[in-house]
Amino acid sequence: MVTAVQTRKKPELLAPAGDLDKLKFAVMYGADAVYIGGEKFGLRSKAGNFSYEKIKEGVEFAHRHGAKVFVAANIIAHNEDFTGMEEYFQTLYKIGVDAVIIADPAIIEICAMAAPELEIHLSTQASTTNWQTLKFWAEEGVKRVVLARECTMDEIHKIKENVNIEVESFIHGAMCISYSGRCVLSNHMTNRDSNRGGCAQSCRWKYDLFEDGEDGMEPISPDDDSYTMGSKDLCMIEYIPDLIKAGVDSFKIEGRMKTIHYVATVVNAYRRAIDAYYEEPENYRFNEEWMEEILKAANRPITTGFYYHTPTDVDQIFGTPPKVAQFDFAGIVLDYEENTGIATIEQRNRFAIGQEIEMIGPKRDRFEQKITQIWDEDGNEISVANTPLQRVRFKVDRPVNAYDIMRKRK
Amino acid sequence: MTNKTELVVSAGSVEEVQRLFQAGADAVEIGQARYSLRMPGSFDSSMIKETMQIARHFDKKVYVSVNTLFHPDLVEELASYLGQLQELSVHAIIFGDPAVLMAARENAPTIPLHWSTETTSTSYRTVNYWGKKGASRAILARELSFEEVIGVKQNTTHEVQVQIHGMTCIFHSKRSLVSNYMDHRKDGRELDLPLYIKEDNRDDANYPIFQDEQGTHVMSAEDICMIEQLPTFIQHGFDALKIDGILKSAEYNETVVSVYRRAIDDLMEDPNRGVDSAWMEEIKRIQPETRPLGTGFYFKEQVY
Repeated sequence: MVTAVQTRKKPELLAPAGDLDKLKFAVMYGADAVYIGGEKFGLRSKAGNFSYEKIKEGVEFAHRHGAKVFVAANIIAHNEDFTGMEEYFQTLYKIGVDAVIIADPAIIEICAMAAPELEIHLSTQASTTNWQTLKFWAEEGVKRVVLARECTMDEIHKIKENVNIEVESFIHGAMCISYSGRCVLSNHMTNRDSNRGGCAQSCRWKYDLFEDGEDGMEPISPDDDSYTMGSKDLCMIEYIPDLIKAGVDSFKIEGRMKTIHYVATVVNAYRRAIDAYYEEPENYRFNEEWMEEILKAANRPITTGFYYHTPTDVDQIFGTPPKVAQFDFAGIVLDYEENTGIATIEQRNRFAIGQEIEMIGPKRDRFEQKITQIWDEDGNEISVANTPLQRVRFKVDRPVNAYDIMRKRK
Repeated sequence: MTNKTELVVSAGSVEEVQRLFQAGADAVEIGQARYSLRMPGSFDSSMIKETMQIARHFDKKVYVSVNTLFHPDLVEELASYLGQLQELSVHAIIFGDPAVLMAARENAPTIPLHWSTETTSTSYRTVNYWGKKGASRAILARELSFEEVIGVKQNTTHEVQVQIHGMTCIFHSKRSLVSNYMDHRKDGRELDLPLYIKEDNRDDANYPIFQDEQGTHVMSAEDICMIEQLPTFIQHGFDALKIDGILKSAEYNETVVSVYRRAIDDLMEDPNRGVDSAWMEEIKRIQPETRPLGTGFYFKEQVY
């Protein structure tokens, strides 16, 4: 018998790509789609944003591997920000971008006029939380809505039951503690406009809480335990079946500012969990190793956000966030010689002879090994690789491939 | 300058509505806590009905805020709630979530709609977009410059409302962040309201913070006071100027409304009379010590 779940289309795994290298790694590690920022109209003014040339290269690479590319144009525009928008969307369409992610309805309107064939996704910045609103956007021609991070699993069920539109939901990464788009702390505290890419992450600063009682302003926070508002990071790796059953069409990973190591590790884990589920839904079992992998790249402690309950104190970070990741990005494999078992590595962080490292690769288990010898590009023996992007060679115990990643314990 | 500039103020109780009308407000904004955001008080349907009677008596207007972010359970209540507002013939419904616009088409078809998403009402094109969808008025973000709000007004045929006095919301979370912090501290004591947060290592700015059924809200450290720029607002034909009454006493709001009323009337009578320094002095006299007066983002340069 075919179950409802099996007949449902496999959800898309959507990964962030802060630059062209990250895009390639995300795709190689199993992302069905990536989202990037162009040089204009996006919310990550500090990410390595893509020029038209780079977008073209990224689109070609992704399409060659059967993956899609979405471009975020999710600022909330002011009067002067509309210049050049028509041309921008027309160019993206011509380049072959698969969709644009937009938050501001005026920009949706401009995009729909300028490039009617270009698919539009409504950004999470619009804080969409109910099916009636999704219906409104569906009628406006929006193909997909990225839900607010405040939606619960039950609410997603209800949304999918009531409206026929693609739904994308964040499953992993950092979260605004506010409703996205409804926070201007950064504007008030630093004159940096959060809704146009200037967010200074003021919600993660330390504050003092005061009460104004009969004796005037009295501090509530002791010096060593400031009032803080930052959220733990979302991680839904253990709940893949629930997300599939709720009907989420696209599983979104946050993090255009994150490293190649982070993107590859996280995508790899989710890819394997989703594939395992679809192989045998009835016999699916969560594999603890996926979680171990994710924690090796995690920046902060994790939470399930709003999916199962309104987050409480245990879902927040108070005081200085603990260091979670035990591992650092050490290098990427450029090449491997089968007959000698020697790999060529591009260094991303210092490593030396005697060090225990781990190798991970797309859709396979990691392996550990000790470095016993290192050669530089000219074949000279060296004891340490300490120059960024330095190319070195050493022998590996098991075969590796280009795009494999090497990490080291911190 | 033939159009009259409307003076709008948000109110927390039926009694306050009456006092604010008497002080010279042309319209009040009210709302029920379940469906609105950051109103000074909660008005159930019977209170809205009473407010409507008072408004008719004074020949004033009542705008009902239905501007929360609607989650699925609440959306199911929209049809009947908007139906009630239609029956009460309120003068406008203020919305941010398109779900309200959709429900209003069926359940409150003759009530004007005012669009207000606060932080994201930032351009004339977006104002025109919601205008096409049925909004007759846009309430602009407070993070805009003077030049930008004028730019909006000049590029739309829809009514434009801006805030000219009071505090503004700068952060809204669905979470109960103050309770969460107290739970983390394992400190079960009752807190004396109001509460404030301050940036660690910065002593000059107190940001009010409060929780309600919509989550946690952080408000601006200063009160906007644009009374000395009134001539410019009037000259550019802004349709409505708003005083936010939240977290202020009825006495304070009453005085502020009366000062702005007098100033607007004087300027309507003689646009060239200029600013009367007595206006600002009167507001300064009642301004709470912990709330500096400022001009918000009207004259600030932001980067991004």
